[in-house]
Amino acid sequence: MAISEQRVILKHVDEPGYDPGIECYVRHGGYETLRKAVGMQPEEICRGVEVSEVRGRGGAGFPAGMKWKFLDRKSGKPIYLICNADESEPGTFKDRQIMHKDPHQLIEGMMVSAFAIQAALAFIYIREEMPQAARILEAAIDEARARGFVGEDILGSGYSCEIVVHRGAAAYICGEETGLIESLEGKRAYPRIKPPYFPAALGLYQCPTIVNNVETLCHVKHVVAIGGEAFARTGSPGNTGTRIWCVSGHVQRPGYYEFECGALTLGEMIHDVCGGVHPGRSLKAVIPGGSSAKILRADERFTGKLKDGTEFDWGLNDIPLDFDSLMACGSMSGSGGIIVMDDRVDMVEALANINAFYSHESCGQCTPCREGSLWMKKITKRMAEGGARTEDTDLLLSIGDQIAGRTICAFGEACAWPTQSFVSKFRDEFLAKASEDSGKRKGLRLV
Amino acid sequence: MNSEKHDNLISVHIDGEEVRVPPGTNMIEAARSIGTEIPHYCYHPKLSVVGNCRMCLVEMGMPGRDRETGEPMLDEKGQPKILWMPKPAVACATGAAPGMHIRTDSALVRSCREGVMEFLLVNHPLDCPICDQAGECHLQEFATDYGRGYSRFVEEKNVKPKRTRLGPRVMLDDERCILCSRCIRFCKEIADDDVLGFIDRGSYSTLTCFPGKELANNYSLNTVDICPVGALTSTDFRFRMRPWFLKQSPSICIESSVGVNTVVWSREGTIYRITPRRNDAVNDTWMSDSGRTLYKGVDSGDRMNVYTLEGRPADAGAVLEECVALLRGGSVAVVGSGRSSVEEQWMLKRTVEALGDEIPVYLVGRTEPGDGLLISNDRNPNVRGALLTGLMDTLPAATLDDLGARIEAGEIDTILSFGEDLCAAGLARGQLKKVRVIYAGTHHNDCSQRSRVEIPLLTVFERSGSFVNQQFRLQRFSRAIPGPEGVYSDLAFLALLHARLTGLRPMRPEPAEIWKHLSREIAALRGIEYDRISDTGVVIDGSKFAHLPFCEGKSLHYEPTAATAVS
Ligand SMILES: Cc1cc2nc3c(=O)[nH]c(=O)nc-3n(C[C@H](O)[C@H](O)[C@H](O)COP(=O)(O)O)c2cc1C
Ligand code: SF4
Ligand code: SF4
Ligand code: SF4
Ligand code: FES
Repeated sequence: MAISEQRVILKHVDEPGYDPGIECYVRHGGYETLRKAVGMQPEEICRGVEVSEVRGRGGAGFPAGMKWKFLDRKSGKPIYLICNADESEPGTFKDRQIMHKDPHQLIEGMMVSAFAIQAALAFIYIREEMPQAARILEAAIDEARARGFVGEDILGSGYSCEIVVHRGAAAYICGEETGLIESLEGKRAYPRIKPPYFPAALGLYQCPTIVNNVETLCHVKHVVAIGGEAFARTGSPGNTGTRIWCVSGHVQRPGYYEFECGALTLGEMIHDVCGGVHPGRSLKAVIPGGSSAKILRADERFTGKLKDGTEFDWGLNDIPLDFDSLMACGSMSGSGGIIVMDDRVDMVEALANINAFYSHESCGQCTPCREGSLWMKKITKRMAEGGARTEDTDLLLSIGDQIAGRTICAFGEACAWPTQSFVSKFRDEFLAKASEDSGKRKGLRLV
Repeated sequence: MNSEKHDNLISVHIDGEEVRVPPGTNMIEAARSIGTEIPHYCYHPKLSVVGNCRMCLVEMGMPGRDRETGEPMLDEKGQPKILWMPKPAVACATGAAPGMHIRTDSALVRSCREGVMEFLLVNHPLDCPICDQAGECHLQEFATDYGRGYSRFVEEKNVKPKRTRLGPRVMLDDERCILCSRCIRFCKEIADDDVLGFIDRGSYSTLTCFPGKELANNYSLNTVDICPVGALTSTDFRFRMRPWFLKQSPSICIESSVGVNTVVWSREGTIYRITPRRNDAVNDTWMSDSGRTLYKGVDSGDRMNVYTLEGRPADAGAVLEECVALLRGGSVAVVGSGRSSVEEQWMLKRTVEALGDEIPVYLVGRTEPGDGLLISNDRNPNVRGALLTGLMDTLPAATLDDLGARIEAGEIDTILSFGEDLCAAGLARGQLKKVRVIYAGTHHNDCSQRSRVEIPLLTVFERSGSFVNQQFRLQRFSRAIPGPEGVYSDLAFLALLHARLTGLRPMRPEPAEIWKHLSREIAALRGIEYDRISDTGVVIDGSKFAHLPFCEGKSLHYEPTAATAVS
């Protein structure tokens, strides 16, 4: 491996002898940050998180400090903290590592955050399909409670907060924060309209609520440990701290890798860190931020201006791995799931597969996403099975355009972006399907 | 447009036109107030806002302010510069804020509607010709107004259950359902009977009843009314008549003193259904299922539709003669009805006056526990009318015990019952044998069998007039269908009887005519012209009766303490 990882969150994970028990965690300096935090003013911690510029790792990359600032503290209602552990974006498997291998780091991050926002109660909403992680977390919370890190009068500070582990309802939409809140309230995970239901004002039980991703909450611990200013100096400006990237698909060494934001390029990640595509193959395309992120072509040129005004002209391999660069290239770092495709991949089949996922997971509440996602799936499936028509290509684009930006939640974009980007970037491949021998229909098995 | 400058109104701009509305008014209503339609499915003014159909997407913008100075930004013409949001917003969940602009007819908005319409139709059966909703279907209407006009869908449509019985009165066709959740919200929020929900996800979402439950509450048919499409149908009405053939007559439900506003749908003298008529001060947009079935009495087998003397059919003239003879030939008691209209009660009062000073007059009380919603404890629609007209000065008792005692005491020779079954009101057979009964009513019953004279009356659907509800709200109902052939209206019969008793010319038996007298004679009704009573009624001063122990409890828009006098 030419470039070595810069592990912060995953510092001890996978170290020989490191186990998820509290003894091990404390031996490695665990809960010292919580001790430090409860000795500080909550506002001071919030300010530190703001100064650190740490951005959410759940998908949208929203600055955590700013989100906390939106909390409606005047309402007098209890404030809730929710850890979003529903990790279900295809191509993403980082939160699972933390929960399985270093659960106390998450608990410490949550308690620091809970103290900072003065939460009355904290929840971990964990994906239903991760029963083992749920058991590990429950055991870890018990351990932490026994030592006074969770529960009544934490470390003698007078502040009390419990953590409740809630097993999710087994649907991707439970990861969308307002869908999650509905689900936590015991209802169908139907995302809420925003406005008026911004969680920071009208969240869980209509009380002010903060929802943060597992990795984000772990970062808060490190922000407090080293201080907001010091944290802000890691990574690149506006893209602070490290990120865990999950690389899957056609690379020789798929896996999760932690680097400071902007420390390496997409090319370095694929070729140096992950050993490149398999021998005899060539890189065709990359989805850089979980399956909903817009696909990037291997031979594409990306030009434009960054936020600070600098102009860029990049090939796929040159794109720095951080929030803003991928956004500037028209895609996003999303959940950090990098999906690599080599020249074997049939783009129509790949899109049919993604569309099958999104049509299966659309909650069905709002019309464009509900009907559009299934329609796109039906079309791409038919195309992949040998029934393509020339007009399907433009029809797909038009359906995508009729969804994105018009739905209740960002699932609308999540399901439209793959179609919009696959079809526009691999238009020839989609059009070619129509002239292929459509006589023999093949049975396509979609996930 | 509202030109009054109320302090609490704010200005918003809809397609460039300034509108003044209370802050927070949603943009569908704001637009409606100037006659601009923003098409919508899931939004319903009386239910929570969920924003799921996306049909009401509009462009929204706010006047810009300079970041540094906070000064309003101006455009080249010196007008406030509007910063338009890049994404369209749902009008139903967008509350008016000062200076807000919306566009309801831009290219983007049109494309949004086209998109939503297309999406709603891809898995829709599109068989309007055999669908019961055709003619009053929002999907059909908006498809015409805002749809693309051709289909780009060549895939197989989803298949869903076609005939699910949700309850005794409501059927569901899931393929027609557009998943707007109005019915679910109604059951939960209004009927307080949370039995409906969706199962499955995405486009396969399916409306259903919770296991072991059914949609059986007494308000279940409101879901049929608010369903924007043909998914929910009434087992009573479905496939019996196309709605465009039906005549709509505004009416008032006589189920209780709430005075629910209704529309009676009829064709060629037959009523097919009754639906609620919006009145935000009375019933919002709802009515009970039980109130909807009342029309069935019109053609029931026990309907009284001929005049009789001693059980034999007679002509109306002879009946009138006999009435005069009986009423003049001994001591008389009169029983009126809380189901008669204000006009009829007043005419009856005049008739009583013509008979003499000491005539005892009764009304029959109907008290039964209400449902706290749209059925009150008082099952008479118009007790307050009897008070206002002076027919009564006390609240009615449930049974005619006092009258019974008078009969026993030999004080009464003749009873004129105008609309009440005396047996049901507690008079014993033996008591009725001691008197001569003139019975006017709509249906045969024990009382009609024991009466000397039978006078057929009309149902509420066959007459016009007004009732005064529990709020002292005067509301009109109008005739939907003609009564049985050869039968005078209640008012006409009373007018003729009055004329015969007094020797005066009969009064024209029209409510508007009667009101010329009412509005002169009765202080609380002064100045009211029948034809100008608003469709949602007018509240009159009932403070004179504030001391009476009315039996109503709280219902949808009624607090008993504030009952009288206030609007
Ligand atoms: C359809 C959809 C699915 C999502 N799934 C997840 C998820 O599984 N985990 C997650 O952390 N965030 C998910 N998000 C993002 C959350 O809505 C929310 O923005 C996030 O939890 C906020 O945390 P952060 O600010 O720490 O990133 C999802 C968003 C959408 C629109
Ligand atoms: S966008 Fe999709 S997932 Fe989100 S609320 Fe609408 S239907 Fe549900
Ligand atoms: S619900 Fe409306 S659009 Fe659908 S078939 Fe019936 S009438 Fe036609
Ligand atoms: S049955 Fe009608 S009211 Fe109920 S969700 Fe479906 S379309 Fe809406
Ligand atoms: S009316 Fe359905 S989204 Fe506004």
